[in-house]
Amino acid sequence: MDGPITPQAAERRRPPVIQPGQTYATVTDKISSIVLVRPTTPGWLAGFLVSFALVMLLFYAIAYLLVAGVGIWGVNIPVGWGFAIVNFVWWIGIGHAGTLISAILLLLNQQWRTSINRFAEAMTLFAVACAGLFPLLHLGRPWFFYWLLPYPNAMGVWPQFRSPLVWDVFAVTTYFTVSLIFWFVGLIPDLATLRDRAKKRSSRILYGILAMGWRGSALHWHRYQTAYLLLAGLATPLVVSVHTVVSFDFAVGILPGWHSTIFPPYFVAGAIYSGFAMVLTLAIPLRAVYGLEGFITMRHLENMAKVMLATGWIVAYGYVMENFMAWYSGNTYEGFTAWNRIAGPYGPAYWALILCNVLLPQLLWLKRVRTSVPALFVLALVINVGMWLERFVIVITSLHRDFLPSSWGMYSPTRWDWATLFGSIGLFVALLFLFIRFLPMISIFEMRELVSESPAGD
Amino acid sequence: MLHLPPMRTVNRERSNPAANHLALDLAALRRKLSESSSGRQYWRSLEELAESSHYSDWLHREFPSSTLEEPEAVSRRGFLRMMGASLVMAGLSGCTAKPKETIVPYVQMPEAIVPGKPLFFATAMTFAGSTLGLLVETHEGRPTKIEGNPNHPASRGASDIFSQASLLSLYDPDRSGALTYLGDIRPWNALLNEIRTLLERQRLRQGAGLRLLTETVVSPTLAFQIRNLLREFPEARWHQYEPVNHDLVRQGSLLAFGRYLNTVYRVESAQVILSLDADFLSSGAGCVRYAREFASRRRPPEGETFMSRLYVVECTPSNTGTKADHRLPLRASEMETFARSLAAEISGQSIVAQTIPYAPWLRAVARDLLQHRGASLVIAGEQQPATVHAWVHRINHALGNSGSTVFYTEPTEVEPVDQLSSLRELVSDMDTRRVEWLVILGGNPVYDAPVDFDFAGRLQKVPVSMHLSHYPDETSALCQWHIPEAHYLEAWSDTRSFEGTASIVQPLIAPLWNGKSAHELLTGFTNEPERSGYDIVREYWKSQRSESDFERFWRKSLHDGVIEGTAFPPVSVTPKEDAAVAHEGPMSAAIPQEEQTVEIVLRPDSTIFDGRFANNGWLQELPKPITRLTWDNAALLSPATAEKLGLSYRISSTGGEHGQVLADVIELSIHGRSLRAPAWIVPGQADDCVILHLGYGRTRSGRVGSGTGFDAYRLRTSSEPWFASGAALRKTGQQFPLACVQFHHNMEGRELIHAATLEEFRQNSAFAQERNKSSQSLSLYPDYKYEGNAWGMVIDLNACVGCNACVVACQAENNIPVVGKTEVMRGREMHWIRIDQYHRGSLENPETYFQPVPCMQCENAPCEVVCPVGATVHSAEGLNDMVYNRCVGTRYCSNNCPYKVRRFNFFQYSDRETPSLKLMRNPNVTVRSRGVMEKCTYCVQRINAGRIEAEKENRPVRDGEIQTACQQACPAQAIIFGNINDRQSRVAQGKAEPRNYALLAELNTRPRTTYLAAVRNPNPEILEEEG
Repeated sequence: MDGPITPQAAERRRPPVIQPGQTYATVTDKISSIVLVRPTTPGWLAGFLVSFALVMLLFYAIAYLLVAGVGIWGVNIPVGWGFAIVNFVWWIGIGHAGTLISAILLLLNQQWRTSINRFAEAMTLFAVACAGLFPLLHLGRPWFFYWLLPYPNAMGVWPQFRSPLVWDVFAVTTYFTVSLIFWFVGLIPDLATLRDRAKKRSSRILYGILAMGWRGSALHWHRYQTAYLLLAGLATPLVVSVHTVVSFDFAVGILPGWHSTIFPPYFVAGAIYSGFAMVLTLAIPLRAVYGLEGFITMRHLENMAKVMLATGWIVAYGYVMENFMAWYSGNTYEGFTAWNRIAGPYGPAYWALILCNVLLPQLLWLKRVRTSVPALFVLALVINVGMWLERFVIVITSLHRDFLPSSWGMYSPTRWDWATLFGSIGLFVALLFLFIRFLPMISIFEMRELVSESPAGD
Repeated sequence: MLHLPPMRTVNRERSNPAANHLALDLAALRRKLSESSSGRQYWRSLEELAESSHYSDWLHREFPSSTLEEPEAVSRRGFLRMMGASLVMAGLSGCTAKPKETIVPYVQMPEAIVPGKPLFFATAMTFAGSTLGLLVETHEGRPTKIEGNPNHPASRGASDIFSQASLLSLYDPDRSGALTYLGDIRPWNALLNEIRTLLERQRLRQGAGLRLLTETVVSPTLAFQIRNLLREFPEARWHQYEPVNHDLVRQGSLLAFGRYLNTVYRVESAQVILSLDADFLSSGAGCVRYAREFASRRRPPEGETFMSRLYVVECTPSNTGTKADHRLPLRASEMETFARSLAAEISGQSIVAQTIPYAPWLRAVARDLLQHRGASLVIAGEQQPATVHAWVHRINHALGNSGSTVFYTEPTEVEPVDQLSSLRELVSDMDTRRVEWLVILGGNPVYDAPVDFDFAGRLQKVPVSMHLSHYPDETSALCQWHIPEAHYLEAWSDTRSFEGTASIVQPLIAPLWNGKSAHELLTGFTNEPERSGYDIVREYWKSQRSESDFERFWRKSLHDGVIEGTAFPPVSVTPKEDAAVAHEGPMSAAIPQEEQTVEIVLRPDSTIFDGRFANNGWLQELPKPITRLTWDNAALLSPATAEKLGLSYRISSTGGEHGQVLADVIELSIHGRSLRAPAWIVPGQADDCVILHLGYGRTRSGRVGSGTGFDAYRLRTSSEPWFASGAALRKTGQQFPLACVQFHHNMEGRELIHAATLEEFRQNSAFAQERNKSSQSLSLYPDYKYEGNAWGMVIDLNACVGCNACVVACQAENNIPVVGKTEVMRGREMHWIRIDQYHRGSLENPETYFQPVPCMQCENAPCEVVCPVGATVHSAEGLNDMVYNRCVGTRYCSNNCPYKVRRFNFFQYSDRETPSLKLMRNPNVTVRSRGVMEKCTYCVQRINAGRIEAEKENRPVRDGEIQTACQQACPAQAIIFGNINDRQSRVAQGKAEPRNYALLAELNTRPRTTYLAAVRNPNPEILEEEG
């Protein structure tokens, strides 16, 4: 199988995916030097320390949680799920962009993905890692989390396979495993480059081990391409399946506001939406700090903005249909839940969500906004917040007032809820800091391919 | 189910366990006497653990004195004491660790004690002058559950919240465990010596300086003892006082009949009932019985001869008020006018002023009553003035009800007195320093005496004061001597029920905290200071009975829990013609004109009563009917009054409607006294009155009760004990967080409670099922066939009076933890059965419905499919089982439960440390750890026990053989449980009734718990008027 080739004519009409003037050498130098040559800057250190402090906060919150119990959070009866599940769905959603960019866009021959796929994949991994924490922590007895896994045991008990939570376990672990392998396989040629260019012996040994004996032979490349494509094929259904399964957590429930067939596509679109927002949130500072404007060009930013606009509309359609069906079904409970979302005590969260996810992103219709870096950055942040709010609205407002008015209640997060949320963001950022410090954040070898194919590289 | 073993008396001839213990004790004592140092450690530790008086017991046995103990007493007391002491021993050192001390195994197994098999003993609980006969379940000598005694006239097998929760009081670790003098621990003998010295001093003056203060005494033996003492010291005085007393009822009978008489109702014979501020279905003497009788006439249409009609006039909604077919909110002070007008109407005089807004209502009621002469009943509330009672006596007489629905008997109190006057005398004697020695037997007057008596201040003027009480409370703190009181499950006594039937109160466990009963303390005033409570009670009854075979009588009385033939015969009396009229002062006529003043009405709290249960977590956390508040009281106001003051609520975002509500704090001032309290708006309350519940604001009640709520006694004066006009209310601008488990009482147009009038029901008896028809068996799969037993439950909404007995019974049976106010405010209370409450109609006078909600045990249970680990699964008998040790705590099941009956252990709620609480637990129910979901199991432990019994006898389980705890406790018999596969079972018949419907049936959950719709029986005449 050959590498991806796109019609040159079509390419020329659009802005370049790599700035003119780049050569193999400049690409390699530029990207590898961030890891190998560039010293640890105070900026990096400061950023890492701040995020590391948040990680410590997370560990503290987790330790206290394990000692005291899940009651330190704001969850109660009727709202049995709180921030933990909101955060879980949010992080899983963010994790979607990585796979989408790496796998689906690879299969669709979208070359502009090349410069962003590496850190998008890393972001996916880290986001899924953050997400994975929450279902474990939110258990009443987290030390028995492995009871959700089908393992042979003396009790002779299996998980209860009708439960969407068991499907979740499979979906998320599969997704994490495949994402990890995909990301690592993609790294191998670059790790070899780092091994070859590293000055320090320790780095050479470390990268050498990780490079798994990559020598760059034609046979290596051939097998590599095959494996990579196969992995991409394997990862593609996961983009759809993971969030579909996550949406089953809600859709399978009989709760008004959860029990809805639109959830799977709506969740997947939302996931991609938030994933791209997060990629933009990360890409914009990175390219500025590390001078990567040559690799992550305005074309990338604009394309991502377009994806966001499209998925944003799917999400908006979901919001509209939810309310429409609540009215059209004539179901008292559905109708009330919809109305309660809009006008109930959590109404402000709903309207903030509409503002963040539906109204403000319409600015992306304007090319001026799509090509304005600060505007995109702000919008990406807004969408990140909006998508978090969306999960909050789905989880909390459905639970807090369900069938029997006698059991209606309210949920409010405690400081431990917030500590866990910000702690998980800290963990995510800290991992990213380590990633950009120790691994090439842009795929060197794929960029070199682009150099060979781009008009400027001719 | 209720296995009643004979009283555990063992003959002297047979070698009995106590004798074995005795032999061991002697050996040990000899060892101790011979060895000087090596045995010391052993003895010290045993002395620490067993009672301090234990040692003297051994000495008595070693060197028998002239007073030989009764052999029965030795076996019974000795056995129980050893049981208790060894359990305490095991408990104190912790269940998980082995006790260091040598423990004594059974050399011979005591007869009938089979480990794991509970025994039931009959006893009785007395409080506030009323009595409930009980059967107490014991496991290896530990009382673990309290049930009503089916033989007892006040109980008929049912119980109330107080008797259920008294179990927790027994094991309360905060109960006082030491006899103290000025705070220093003293031995019992030091007290006896002190008593002897003081008695010698008093003897010279014939006891002129001695005062006894007791609560209402219904124990014949205690009264006998007190009278004996008074005979010896003729100048000594006996006073009785309790804050929630029957003074006004007594005065009423004095007005009407010229003497104290006790009134007993036969509610089941009444076709028309009018209650004047009387909550006779859920409070006061005989309420458990009355609720049962009332409910038996509210089951239309089959099987019963008629459906009664209930009118209630009251100032604030009570449980009885919610059951009314017609309810009239009226201020407490206007009740007299109402009673007087009604009496006039009944006697055909029609002097009702046309200005009275409720005149048509009253006339209609009067007509209805007159149409049912001899089958009607008018009941006045205990807090209503004497004149109202007098009027009611006259009305009942005029309606020909006495002898058919109303009976008069001699008072059940042994010495009926006007308690307020009695206390007033005592206080003035204290003030003038005529009291040299005050002995307070129970009660807490420093906290609950009328504020103008300044009891605390005057107590300081008494040179010697002694206080016998369960807790080191406010009064104990100001008395020199504090004597820990034995719980009724720890001591012998006797008592009388609301209609006179006497019962022996027999203990089930040796005093856990070295408590003494009032009998034992009083015998310290005689020449036989060491007589046991058993001897005292037994000898009293021996002196009273003429039976040749006293032993037989005694054993039968203990076994049955009632003394046969002791019910008071009805007295035939006629109220004096001018009784109430003569007493009618100008003041009472003037009251209705005082429209502008606000009235303060004081009531005993519906859960912690007068404050005596303040340290009982079960009762503190029990949602009060109507307000649904826990852990606090509040100033209750009508919506219009609250609006006038500009009061509002803020639903907190923590817990919200199911947890925390921030209420405006108001300041109430009356006669120069003021009090701040959170205001609570109660639809259906009369305007311009504030209801305050007594019992809160305790400062020394223990770890649970201190500091909860606010103290309404601070506004309570001797002149106006129950209601007072002329209060001023002021909004303070502060807010106070209240723990309310259900703030939302609107059904939001959902058909959760089906209700109809009797007329509608007759036209369309299946009115409740119309919505349910379509949803039967909507499944692709064939139904599971339940062979054998299929458990189900029917709850009759018409019968339920919302008394909460089921909730506490469930808590006791199933080891349900108490979580505390903070956790309730977060929406995390743990009750497995709750009583939902919905209003319908206007804000001023809504209809209120109670709906007990346990787990519905759905056949298509939404919780089961979503549990990832299979911790909640379906049993072959149709139960939705909870497997605690498999649960990992995802809470998904609770989220997916449309009835929200699942409860989660967010923290380690169950107390696993306190030794005494370990003794209390039901050994057949897991004590849950944190992180585990729990819920109603239909008392699966009882089902299994019943099934095992049936299988042993190779027969099917009989209908009624297995009772759930809630069902057993229910006074109204609103809960029916059984096998729905058995067509003859009561539950199957209940489900076949046209009123039967399933809650949220449209979800196709197919619940096994279904409801019988409410049917009310309104008066067509009033309905017409109301349009």
